[in-house]
Amino acid sequence: MPPVSDLPGQVFPAVTVTGLVKQFGRFAALRGVTAEFAPKRLYAILGDNGAGKTTLLRALAGLTPPTRGTISMLGTTNLRSICGQLGYMAHPSLLYDEMSGMENLRYFARLYDVGNDVTNSNKDQRCADAIRAVKLDPSLTRPVGQYSQGMRQRMSLARALLNDPKILLLDEPFSNVDVRSAQEMVRLLSGLRDAGKTIFVVTHQASLLEGAADEFVWMEAGQIVSRAPDLRTTLETR
Amino acid sequence: MSTVANLTRATLAKDLRLEWRSKDAINSMLFFSLLVVVIFSFSFDPTAEESRRIAGGLVWVAFLFAAVVALNQTWAREMRNQVLDAYRVSPAPPNALFLAKVIGNFIFVTVLQALMTPLFIVFYNLRALGPAYQLPIVAALGTWALVVNGTFFAAMSLRTRSREIMLPLLLFPISIPALLAMVEATGAILTGEFSAKFWIVLLAAYDLVFTIASLFLFGFVLQAE
Repeated sequence: MPPVSDLPGQVFPAVTVTGLVKQFGRFAALRGVTAEFAPKRLYAILGDNGAGKTTLLRALAGLTPPTRGTISMLGTTNLRSICGQLGYMAHPSLLYDEMSGMENLRYFARLYDVGNDVTNSNKDQRCADAIRAVKLDPSLTRPVGQYSQGMRQRMSLARALLNDPKILLLDEPFSNVDVRSAQEMVRLLSGLRDAGKTIFVVTHQASLLEGAADEFVWMEAGQIVSRAPDLRTTLETR
Repeated sequence: MSTVANLTRATLAKDLRLEWRSKDAINSMLFFSLLVVVIFSFSFDPTAEESRRIAGGLVWVAFLFAAVVALNQTWAREMRNQVLDAYRVSPAPPNALFLAKVIGNFIFVTVLQALMTPLFIVFYNLRALGPAYQLPIVAALGTWALVVNGTFFAAMSLRTRSREIMLPLLLFPISIPALLAMVEATGAILTGEFSAKFWIVLLAAYDLVFTIASLFLFGFVLQAE
């Protein structure tokens, strides 16, 4: 079955969550989240600390199995079968500190079978392209552990982009990034959305995404309480 | 199958590179086993005959404790910056990660054994009276038994609060049959008093059973929260 969002003439949701509950012991991080997200759009997921944003993102990435409820992505509830089409960026960098950016990406390219050819030149090209896309230099040889926090964030985004995913799940991509670099990242994300990717950005810096995000989603106490195409309406109706 | 082999190779190369740069595991293991050899040699003053009888136990206990240091490092590396999550969200098969970790630990412990064995021979005045060619076989099978179980249980205790304590608590009881076989086989070869064949076969069977079981179960361990 092809991804339903690719069928011509019809816009099926890229992601559907139904009655999603996630409990950690007695604490419910998600309390029955039900929502549909159309493809080729950029969603800003907002909310106070502990609202369930990161748990929702981790559930979508298949890292946190829900206690109850279902997640359907790209037409399937078997998230493992489409994990090659997801890009995930977490709050930590998900990179090895002792290796350079290029070495890290080369390893992750192997995991995704990216640019697989006999000479590895295609793989290196894809890694270098991903690094350049986030405005870093692929020839940097120093280990990621010696990068600034902002550079690490951008390299982490490069890792998430490496497999050319259909759905991007980004947790706090702008934290510790200077304003200019953050704006460049927003431009990059807008371009990726225009190229057909569905993007979820969990952020506390919602104003950065004004004019770029297609929808702002407000979460509170493990539920989606408000969503609108503009930030102001979302904040007013929460 | 080729995917698993390729990814095992890639992950092993990455682990060896990380260890070469940090030397976290090998340094800790070396110092630990060195201490064990020196302290035991001062604590006991055995004759050559007694040495041959107790050496099997001393050697393997030293390697077992030293291996635990390496085993804890293996997964701690994957927990820094939560890199393990990057593997979990990828389509790469869990078995490739497990096999790479087991082979990596096997290499680390084998390097340790190669460095420490001459010291054991000198400090305990050891000489094999039985078939010495069986010693490398016992070493390889015994090391595999330690690292295959150790890697699996280290992964299991990864998310527990006191994983350094949890690993020995889980690993040591389940390793008793293997440890017994290693000690008896080594003792048999050093003293030449009886054949080590039964213990070698037992070790091989133990390795086979636990390797298959760990490969089968590792996917569940990796995807657990």
